[in-house]
Amino acid sequence: MVFTEEMIQSMKKVEASREANIALEPRRMTAEEKDALLSAYHPDYKEDGFTTIKTGPNKGEKCPVELAEMLEGHARVLDLHPDLNKVDYDADVLIIGGGGAGSSAAIEADKAGAKVIMVTKLRIGDANTMMAEGGIQAADKPGDSPAQHYLDVMGGGHYANRKELVKKLVMDGPGAIQWLNDLGVEFDKEEDGTMITTHGGGTSRKRMHAAADYSGAEIMRTLRDEVLNRKIPVIDFTAAIELLTDEKGRACGAVLQNMETGEVLIARAKTVIIATGGAGRMHYQGFPTSNHYGATADGLVLGYRAGAKLLYQDTLQYHPTGVAFPKQIFGALVTEKVRSMGAKLINADGEVFMHPLETRDVAAASIIRECSDRNKGVPTPAGKAVWLDTPMIDAIHGKGTLEKRLPAMLRMYQKFGIDMRETPILVYPTLHYQNGGLEITVDGQTNVENLFVAGEAVGGIHGRNRLMGNSLLDVIVFGRNAGQQAGAKAKTVTVGKLTLDHVKKYDAELKAAGIESKTLSPKLLPDYTRQV
Amino acid sequence: MADMVNVFLYGKKYEVPSDLTIMEAMEYAGYKLVRGVGCRNGFCGACATVYRIKGDRELHAALACSTKVEDGMYVATLPFFPLIKEVYDIEKVKPDEQIMMQLYPEIYSCVGCNACTKACSQGLNVMQYIAYAQRGEFDKCAALSFDCVMCGICSSRCPAGISHPQVAMLARRLNGKYIAPESKHLTERVKEIQDGLCSEAMEAIMAKPIEELKELYNHRDIEK
Repeated sequence: MVFTEEMIQSMKKVEASREANIALEPRRMTAEEKDALLSAYHPDYKEDGFTTIKTGPNKGEKCPVELAEMLEGHARVLDLHPDLNKVDYDADVLIIGGGGAGSSAAIEADKAGAKVIMVTKLRIGDANTMMAEGGIQAADKPGDSPAQHYLDVMGGGHYANRKELVKKLVMDGPGAIQWLNDLGVEFDKEEDGTMITTHGGGTSRKRMHAAADYSGAEIMRTLRDEVLNRKIPVIDFTAAIELLTDEKGRACGAVLQNMETGEVLIARAKTVIIATGGAGRMHYQGFPTSNHYGATADGLVLGYRAGAKLLYQDTLQYHPTGVAFPKQIFGALVTEKVRSMGAKLINADGEVFMHPLETRDVAAASIIRECSDRNKGVPTPAGKAVWLDTPMIDAIHGKGTLEKRLPAMLRMYQKFGIDMRETPILVYPTLHYQNGGLEITVDGQTNVENLFVAGEAVGGIHGRNRLMGNSLLDVIVFGRNAGQQAGAKAKTVTVGKLTLDHVKKYDAELKAAGIESKTLSPKLLPDYTRQV
Repeated sequence: MADMVNVFLYGKKYEVPSDLTIMEAMEYAGYKLVRGVGCRNGFCGACATVYRIKGDRELHAALACSTKVEDGMYVATLPFFPLIKEVYDIEKVKPDEQIMMQLYPEIYSCVGCNACTKACSQGLNVMQYIAYAQRGEFDKCAALSFDCVMCGICSSRCPAGISHPQVAMLARRLNGKYIAPESKHLTERVKEIQDGLCSEAMEAIMAKPIEELKELYNHRDIEK
């Protein structure tokens, strides 16, 4: 048995209360209760996790300590002295990042007739999109509407969202699903073609479309296949380590570096799209993460040094249900769909302590409260955790449901000797999503001319908290948009002289502020190598 | 501290804690990974790995990120395998047997050895889904191959030179686009939006002052 004796004793209480807990319809928290809970327990409110930005466009604002270390770090490019006259790649549109947003952008820019180049520090598809499990939202069912979707997004984001961006997200949502369907993405459907949709935390309508619990993987591999079919050049294992700007400060390419050989290459482009994704591997506040190995906020750093503004860089999403046990998958994602399908969160005493479909920030804070002040967590080798009572799913929907709808979750646990159909699982919040990022207008462009951003690197779409299924939607909607806009814009651009003037200027600002760091920036990859 | 076990990374012996995954064991041994690492959670297929346990003849396949080390484990990762990916225009292909014949004719050379199935890191019935692809039963091929992470171990074991993950990829796209039933509610909603039928409600809600929006949100009805 892989569980400890203490876990087994607690699990017995969960089993004994299961029938009653299934029948229970827990009350949802009031707005006031949520606010109080968040300010007391959500990591975003923990003062020592943050510092003040000392230079650049967001000077004086709050940001995570680990991100500040990168913003104030030593630019890798400064030691490399690249020859900017020797251009290795020339493109209309340079896309940095090979995930869902970058791939969607590549397809649309290619369609628009632009010459596209994609660079990615690992492989195309090595991205958080690939790991998205639960689904993608869109208001395409009777009884639902884009306006209803808008209301959920704004409320979930604490009304801090940029309204125009939310409008685009929800109005283009159904079109994004259709675009994916037409590319051959296999959504879960009834026999008559009706999309099988469920709730996510904080949704008022069942609008979560899925492809089992491989939703992101199914979307990502299809997009990748399409990028390859279009013969769009993908320069893999090559990181963008700095943007290039011309004499007017407009983005016009990037300095690239081969991740294996260290070779430095120059890419010149008329427009640049940052689609570098999230920051889970920065391990803010020491949290484990559900994110991809390459999620290190590179694009935020590159954009910032070129003068692009950040928005809501101080708000992160901790997914309520990260794996707390076993150790080998600590921090991995347990999709919210598990709760959408009826599994409830249960404390050490077998009690339901909250409605399972509160928004993610509220759910995470509630679990943290249960495991700290309330002392109702289950001890694990990595700290306290709560139960997610997965056997409820088959109990509610019939035997075989969990296997059919959540095959990835079942497999993930089976590899370590746990059958989640039979026993509940232990969960605790894990660093999942970067709510903030680079600020854009609805055309996908930053305040730096010809610099576009799409996907998780954007800030403002989701306000201060994102709902489940709106990230997959945003990478498609804003990825496509960035590709179309950057493709069209490229037709009007004449590239000037390639320079790194912005980096020199930024470096001088750092020095003037008394900052001289030896930490190389951007991070590119986390360092998990044991010092031997 | 967990017990220590001996693992052989590319044949070289390292002593590592027994509770690590293969990937963590490599990092524990001192490797800084760039290749053979991706999502670190079983979705991306970057860390395909083959291993044998000392004294055992069987060759196992696994993902390094989600497999625990064992004592006497001989490990070789397969960070890249040259799969054949044929390009095609999804708008022009048709979901019939001809397309497989045209793009991936080697599937008809399958000798039925089942090495692919035995090697699958996801435990899929690979040979069976190739059989469905041969017969043009793309819906079945799609369903059976759905959990594929395209790690490529199957293809590394195939005497017929089949690129199973790419065959399945094509089958799934054909199924998703041409065979699976149309979602009429989706088609209709997209048209409604294009025709401007959703715009008025959208503009109205966008124009609401924040206090009114909060009231709406806090008292909205939630579908059962």
